[in-house]
Amino acid sequence: MTNSPFPDLMMHALQMSGISKRFPGVTALDSVSLDVARGEVVALVGENGAGKSTLMKILAGIHQPDSGTIRINGEPVAIRSPRESASHGIGIIHQELEVIDSLDIAGNVFLGREPTRGPLRFIDREKIDADTIAVLARLNLRLSPRTLVRDLSTAHQQMVEIARAISLNAGILIMDEPTSSLTLTETEQLFRVVKDLRGAGVSIIYISHRLSEVQELADHVVVLRDGRNAGTLERDQIHHDALVQMMVGRDLNSFYTPRQSPAGPSSETDCFEVKQMRTRRYPNSEVSFAVRRGEILGLAGLVGAGRSELAAAIFGVEPPLSGTVRIHGVEVGIQSPREAIRSGIYLIPEDRRSFGLITAMTVRENITLPALAQYSSSGFIVRSAEEAVAQKMCAELKIKTPSVEVAASNLSGGNQQKVVLAKWLSLDPKVILFDEPTRGIDVGAKAEIYQLMRRLADQGVAILMISSDMEEILGNSDRVAVMHEGRISGILDRPECSQEAIMRLAVA
Amino acid sequence: MRRKELSILILLLVLCAIVAFMNPQFLSSANIQNTSRLIGTYGIFSIGVGIVVITGGIDLSVGSMFALLGVLLSMMLTEWHWPAVLVVVVILALGAGLGWIHGLLITRLRLQPFIVTLCGLLLYRGLARYIAADSSKGFGSGKGFQWLRDLATGSLFGVPMPFVLMIIVGLVMWMMLHRSVYGRHLFAVGRNEEAARYSGIRSRNVIAGAYVISGGLAGVASILIAFYTNSVSPSSHGNFYELYAIAAAVLGGCSLRGGEGSILGIVIGTALLQVLRNLVNLLDIPGSLDFAVMGAVILIGVIADQILTSRKSESRL
Repeated sequence: MTNSPFPDLMMHALQMSGISKRFPGVTALDSVSLDVARGEVVALVGENGAGKSTLMKILAGIHQPDSGTIRINGEPVAIRSPRESASHGIGIIHQELEVIDSLDIAGNVFLGREPTRGPLRFIDREKIDADTIAVLARLNLRLSPRTLVRDLSTAHQQMVEIARAISLNAGILIMDEPTSSLTLTETEQLFRVVKDLRGAGVSIIYISHRLSEVQELADHVVVLRDGRNAGTLERDQIHHDALVQMMVGRDLNSFYTPRQSPAGPSSETDCFEVKQMRTRRYPNSEVSFAVRRGEILGLAGLVGAGRSELAAAIFGVEPPLSGTVRIHGVEVGIQSPREAIRSGIYLIPEDRRSFGLITAMTVRENITLPALAQYSSSGFIVRSAEEAVAQKMCAELKIKTPSVEVAASNLSGGNQQKVVLAKWLSLDPKVILFDEPTRGIDVGAKAEIYQLMRRLADQGVAILMISSDMEEILGNSDRVAVMHEGRISGILDRPECSQEAIMRLAVA
Repeated sequence: MRRKELSILILLLVLCAIVAFMNPQFLSSANIQNTSRLIGTYGIFSIGVGIVVITGGIDLSVGSMFALLGVLLSMMLTEWHWPAVLVVVVILALGAGLGWIHGLLITRLRLQPFIVTLCGLLLYRGLARYIAADSSKGFGSGKGFQWLRDLATGSLFGVPMPFVLMIIVGLVMWMMLHRSVYGRHLFAVGRNEEAARYSGIRSRNVIAGAYVISGGLAGVASILIAFYTNSVSPSSHGNFYELYAIAAAVLGGCSLRGGEGSILGIVIGTALLQVLRNLVNLLDIPGSLDFAVMGAVILIGVIADQILTSRKSESRL
């Protein structure tokens, strides 16, 4: 190392500079830099969509940057595939574990490069076991290499992934929200491993929404915002407020016209009430909230806070472990989507292609699907009634389609979303849950969806709008509830709503 | 008529023309009578299996069901001397009931349709052989059920009764599948079970219903087949019939992934299979090549369809 003409360069395990990446219609990364020294933990933080995952996908070889340079140990490199990424010593621990649970630990650690012997290339059981024990020892784990991964706890499964990465001699380890499904003790265990690895000279990029973890582990913090570097904090500067400031410090554009008048007469009873609801994802957290007639309640929070799970529970897709739902003070059943629909609760799901629509069916068939009984007599569909309502909905919602007989898969994202809405509007909605209503939808259609949402609210519908888009939340909500790790960490009235206030509750 | 149905209809007509040209016997009234009788019998249960295929499932059990129900039919009529009407009701109820059990196992216990109906295939065959003590059961010269025999072997204005029955069953099922709310739900569930559930459809009941229909129509067909062969040998009666049904459904445009298909297509697919068997007879092809010819023609048809489809989607891009 001392022989190098550039000793300061050699200090860095990884240097990314001026990295830009554009996707059709979006600039995901704009001249982003990230340096990680050898044996250092760098925390990478930012809002949803700030560019963290794109940056990491570039390191993983999944995306190629449009411009910028990547140096590993001072050498410029190109990472054109996941295989090349691994050969440069980059290991990634994904948030969703990627272990094969029907194989044992050894089989997972050495998957795809099993030691073999003999002309028929049988697996060399002795060597693979011995090698696995050696790798596990580096993590202070004493597990039998032959334990099936499905019999391990989530924390140990994660350790198997880490073992796999270090057995590949990973000098740079990327950990994406590694504690999101760990218990407190398991988290502490993980921290010890992270610190040990740091001591052994491994460089770690640690992505997390949890401030306490960042404070505990990070040597410094790199903040991304809207695909740009928003700043860097050194170890002694890491404070809650400084971080939140950096994560959100941008102007809200004036695309929205937030409504000024308060929602409905305030004396009116709450239309839609959720009480003490516990979901499978967060069995120890209870959620209670209410939405008034004509109100849009925004539900903000970071990815993984449990918002979609809450919506799935209210709609009966994944019935809640406990808790009640009331409409106008009357408790209603939500044990299945069918029951929820009968009660007047409708969901516009986040993944409309998988759950919102049957894409191979026509626009007409999709629109009438939940309410076919209305367009049929004695079990047979009255085609003219069906067609009439489909035409009416297309006109009312301005769905752009050559005809109602076109398969829904041929429509643009925004028009597909309007078809999902049309399904429910022909019924009698009391409550509509929007889960990420404008994800993947272009600007023009977005504005139309917002107008529709407001129009429904004005007709007396209670609306719960889950969104990870800060502008969407601020632009449309009458009040904002913020979720953090399965519970509602705060509900903000209109005047108190600001990006900072929301973000503070989201990471709290 | 959609493209899939049209192309298989053309294939059917071309085959008919070739056979008729090479052996005029094909157009003889006896041959047409016999072939259409078989088309009717096979068509009835193929429609049931096709409806199951539309839900994304499969029914492998119908062939063995014919053996079990056939054996019971013979025993009820000739040994126990039950009234024929009651026997018919019992056979249809048994068929539908077995289908209902399949449906429950598939939708409530989440077992795979292939496994459930494969077990049915083995189970019913074994039961049939055990009940009949592995010997053939016939109908002898039994009295009081001539009208049942006529359903299988008789004709109405020169049209074989099974064919007439198939037309009736086909019309009812066509109304059900292509015009009723239940039919729309069937297609929806077959295309995307989750999205259907999100729309408030009781996916599990819809799917279980398809197996009930398949079992019930297998019950109808079991009576026709038993009287057509006039003797039920439990180890071979109805062997492979489930595969004829699946082949007919797939040839007729049902996708094994579910959500696609039509009654008309299934009927044309059945007709195509029967004409192929007829062709082996009439063109002096050794009878042992029966299955080989069928397999080859289906394979060529499917390959041609695949190539045409991918061409078409390429030209669209």
